[in-house]
Amino acid sequence: MNKSSVLVIVVGMLLWMLAAGLRAELVIEITRGATRPIPIGIVPFGWAGSEQQPADIAAIVRSDLTGSGRFNALDQSDMLEQPTRGVDIDFDNWRMVAVDYVLVGELAQDGETFSIRYQLFDVYGGRQVVADQLLLERRDMRAAGHRVADSVYEAITGIPGVFNTKIAYISVSGVPPQQQYQLIVADADGNNEFVLLESPQPIMSPAWSPDGRQLAYVSFELGRAQVYVQSLRTGTRRVVSDKPGVNNAPAWSPDGRELALTRSDADGNLDIYLVPVIGSGETRLTQRRSIDTEPAWSRDGKTIFFTSDRGGAPQVYQVPVSGGDVSRVTFEGRYNARPRVSANGEAIAVVHDDRGKFRVAVQDLASGSLQVLSDGALDESPSFAPNGAQLIYATRRGGRGVLETVSVDGAISGRVKSVGNDVREPVWSPY
Amino acid sequence: MVMRNIFLITLVAGLAACGSNPPPSTTTSSGGDLLSSSGGADNGASTSGANESSIRSVGLDDEMAVEDTADALIVYFEYDRSEVSAQYADILASHGRRLAQNPGQRLRLEGHADERGTREYNIGLGERRAQAVRRVLLISGASPGQISTVSYGEERPASLGSTESDYEKNRRVELSWR
Repeated sequence: MNKSSVLVIVVGMLLWMLAAGLRAELVIEITRGATRPIPIGIVPFGWAGSEQQPADIAAIVRSDLTGSGRFNALDQSDMLEQPTRGVDIDFDNWRMVAVDYVLVGELAQDGETFSIRYQLFDVYGGRQVVADQLLLERRDMRAAGHRVADSVYEAITGIPGVFNTKIAYISVSGVPPQQQYQLIVADADGNNEFVLLESPQPIMSPAWSPDGRQLAYVSFELGRAQVYVQSLRTGTRRVVSDKPGVNNAPAWSPDGRELALTRSDADGNLDIYLVPVIGSGETRLTQRRSIDTEPAWSRDGKTIFFTSDRGGAPQVYQVPVSGGDVSRVTFEGRYNARPRVSANGEAIAVVHDDRGKFRVAVQDLASGSLQVLSDGALDESPSFAPNGAQLIYATRRGGRGVLETVSVDGAISGRVKSVGNDVREPVWSPY
Repeated sequence: MVMRNIFLITLVAGLAACGSNPPPSTTTSSGGDLLSSSGGADNGASTSGANESSIRSVGLDDEMAVEDTADALIVYFEYDRSEVSAQYADILASHGRRLAQNPGQRLRLEGHADERGTREYNIGLGERRAQAVRRVLLISGASPGQISTVSYGEERPASLGSTESDYEKNRRVELSWR
């Protein structure tokens, strides 16, 4: 290991906890919301404890729900009452301000244990929709708030919430050739960002393990490409692929045991290989004199989707994991690359050349129909949220890399504002 | 000798004719695809270091800039292409001969792409470009063990920005002596 030329900082659990106190780099802003967002009253939660209230749970829920673009939260100043228990609600007070739902709750302290009790009501039916009580420790306040938001979101929209998930992404500062690369993990709302790896050499292709506990990525810290797998909890890592030439584009199998990744031969041709995460051995899946890269697993783990320029321009193909014939998947337009499979396995997101602009598109696998979802010129790296309802992707705005989100029907889009740095390659964690 | 011819054949098989947009900043000399097998025209540069073979002609319809004829060298490429322009024939041949004459010397090739297209595909493009330059050097007498390659794809642009002028500077292979 050439340590002198490398400034890699691998930080573990301790710094993770310290990082929780740092300023968030990302702020989500909805750029196009639902045509008719659902009006909801989120009443400030009551507080039953001896000290200062440790968290504003209602504010977390409000931020999550409005940040989804599907809800319109009533201003606190427009509330005619602020009950904290369902029995105290006068539904006429909420019908009058035209909200469909009202959420009430209370945060209580018992020593070092906290509890959150909450109830969601359908205002017009006067009916309780969801009610629960959560027990938690002090450090999990934000996560508990996200959990309440998840529960409200799913009860109303029928779609599981993703407010308690995380995103990983690459952040770059400086000007070539003096640049600093960071691999960052943050809450899905941009809070609690944590630097997992920092290097003056490029870092790319972050990929979550199916259990959300590890990240695979590519680092050039030794002046060559290597694929690493790193534990989020401990920060320890190991090299999984370090062949001469290209080691790139790791993708976890659904069972978490293998990585599909890309390696090169002496002619500069890239092929897809399967490599065990632990142990040795490899299986070569593609054999062509072409660039075969950007593998993605089908949900059942039986098929690998990948990009290949074997037909001239890059298109998406598929090959059985057990080996066998390669078949082409994308046909619309001259360029479709970097497939990612949706949560239900029925669609892939790709980067699509839309009349000279690179945009995020989703193709239904059964029908082959393709829908362009983004409107930039250099949109790339789409990643499905684990609920399959939205995507996060990277684009460039004002000369900087930024992250944006879009619902899979294209109706709702948002921008994840970053402060200062170039951000790219967002990957949404599993649940 | 046998090895050289093998590499030459590989090279020809791997190369194809390419477009003709005028690329980066500098020079004006005309050039074409180095070692292109297309066309059969005989108005081109020849492959220095390559011996008699069936390969004769190279097209010369292109302009490519050669920056720095000293130790460092940057070879520029067309969009989404990895053919080495004939513009670089002489300078690459001299690098190849230097390697051949100095077996202890090492050369590192860094392949790069512009930001268009996906990042991981661009790693493939940068690798292809580095290998194309490597093959030219091998033909000039370098040994495989003297040359290492790495592809940075679009990750390390020479010029930030999203104009065609930036892109031209970023589609490149950088040669650095070790």
